Amino acid sequence: MALQEQALPLGGIAPDRTGKYRTDHLLVAEMIAAGSKVLDVGCGDGELLQLLESRGIDGRGIELSREGVNRCVAKGLAVVQGDADTDLVNYPDDAFDYVILSQTLQATRQPKPVLENLLRIGRRAVVSFPNFGFWKMRLQLLVGGHMPRTENLPATWYDTPNIHFCTIKDFVQLCDEINVKMERAVALDLYGRPVPLNLPWWVWNMFGEQGVFLLSRGGQGK
Amino acid sequence: MTQLQSVPSPSIHSEDRAHEADHPTSPVVKFGIEQPLKLDCGIDLAPFQIAYQTYGELNADRSNAILICHALTLDQHVANVHPLTGKAGWWEIMVGPGRPLDTDRYFIICSNVIGGCMGSTGPASTNPATGKAWGLDFPIITIPDMVRAQAMLLDRLGIQTLLCVIGGSMGGMQVLQWTAAYPERVFSALPVACSTRHSAQNIAFHELGRQAVMADPDWHHGRYFERSTHPHRGLAVARMAGHITYLSDAALHRKFGRRMQDRELPTFSFDADFQVESYLRYQGSSFVERFDANSYLYLTRAMDYFDIAADHDGVLAEAFRGIKTRFCVVSFTSDWLFPTSESRALVHALNASSARVSFAEIETDRGHDAFLLDVPEFFDISRAFLESAGKARGLDGTGG
Repeated sequence: MALQEQALPLGGIAPDRTGKYRTDHLLVAEMIAAGSKVLDVGCGDGELLQLLESRGIDGRGIELSREGVNRCVAKGLAVVQGDADTDLVNYPDDAFDYVILSQTLQATRQPKPVLENLLRIGRRAVVSFPNFGFWKMRLQLLVGGHMPRTENLPATWYDTPNIHFCTIKDFVQLCDEINVKMERAVALDLYGRPVPLNLPWWVWNMFGEQGVFLLSRGGQGK
Repeated sequence: MTQLQSVPSPSIHSEDRAHEADHPTSPVVKFGIEQPLKLDCGIDLAPFQIAYQTYGELNADRSNAILICHALTLDQHVANVHPLTGKAGWWEIMVGPGRPLDTDRYFIICSNVIGGCMGSTGPASTNPATGKAWGLDFPIITIPDMVRAQAMLLDRLGIQTLLCVIGGSMGGMQVLQWTAAYPERVFSALPVACSTRHSAQNIAFHELGRQAVMADPDWHHGRYFERSTHPHRGLAVARMAGHITYLSDAALHRKFGRRMQDRELPTFSFDADFQVESYLRYQGSSFVERFDANSYLYLTRAMDYFDIAADHDGVLAEAFRGIKTRFCVVSFTSDWLFPTSESRALVHALNASSARVSFAEIETDRGHDAFLLDVPEFFDISRAFLESAGKARGLDGTGG
């Protein structure tokens, strides 16, 4: 399976002694080289961008919600109001070293073009998303017979902004399909801890509550 | 004809306005014939003068200067009593100690635009060649001309780089022109409720206003000052039409609805039965007291001609290529004069130029004029943007 072959070991996450930042944000930040120029698509209220800027990374953001944007700008972050589905096309090729899509893929209308745009605008992309193959999700559907809801995804089916859920396995297949290279892949369990690497991929797909991927352009595109 | 009888004759005399145009209450910097203002129309304007106001103090390394660019019908009297109307400054809500443009921290400058009528050279100023007001002999000026004059003023004041250039509407156009023409002199830019070019609809509204002025028999082809008249009826109509475009349907409805003015029933006449009519007439009549009709023609024209992309083969992003300036673009949801889509086009161009840009659309039903009103979200964003710009520029956090 592509995932196992391509995923490189992660050097470990720096412990967050202050507890100030979310584990998945720290993991994303670990994947980004110092001094890079980064676009965070769906940056919320700018928590990850603040973490990146504190590490000397030149961060920019796009956020759909007006409240989120205004909170970011009030923090002095360079964030614009925009929509991942419609506004990424306006960015030129190679504008950023990395483009981040953190917990947003599942809320886009067209995940595939969005993913393609990420790797057109940025030389690398970091994508994290909730794994719908997580055992709790499966159990709720199998036993409970209702659409799954978790601590991190509490919305009901009729009011969720998340319209394109996928599993880690689905995502890996999409990456293969659009010729995207996976440089690193990490699954985080319910507590935000990385699932041990030496386990087979189906374990990730079962016990990973979310997946975090570092991607680059594959194939002829260099 | 139905008279605009409730547009009263001005209580401020035209002599007061004329005096303010040549000998303003504000400080003035004069440029002699050896230092002409090179206008886009090809004419060298000389001599000329720029009237300005400042607030706060310039720090030792001259790094805390902020330039405010004023809108069409405003002037340099940002945060002091207006010399003609006696009213408070137009942006006191924004500028002052502890305000977003904190005069305890920043040195704030605002100059009257070239072509204006509050002390910078314009059609109401005296033409040295004739000893009379310029009137329509004054050359056509553009937004780039206004900015060129401001740059000359800053040279004279010994300020090389501005911490920020900020302005709304026509002021926002000047902000954008500053970044396009003098990117190295602008550390950060805050263009508000504006556009990189004037739309056809906006040109149309301006033409309506100009025609109203020129249709007034007191206009006399712009030489009304020789007859001691002022086309105040035409200018009032222009102002009324303009004022409608600065508001919104929702704002007008909330403020006035269909309520009657000091009466219970319609008078079955063309009196100002409705509050909204009375309000507009008041706006018109108070405007003509302080503003020169020819100046209105020139400044609206300058806005019409504005199109940054046109100077760069139609590619807006080229105007900002490689720019280091930090931008914060702000628009308002109910602004239909400079709708959010125009700001968004600017933001796309800035992104394409790899500029550091923030963009916030602020929810309000108060229309274009929201930038002049008490909109706390706008204040918070402006304050934070200036603070982060100051920090990036190494400005001392505690002031001075």
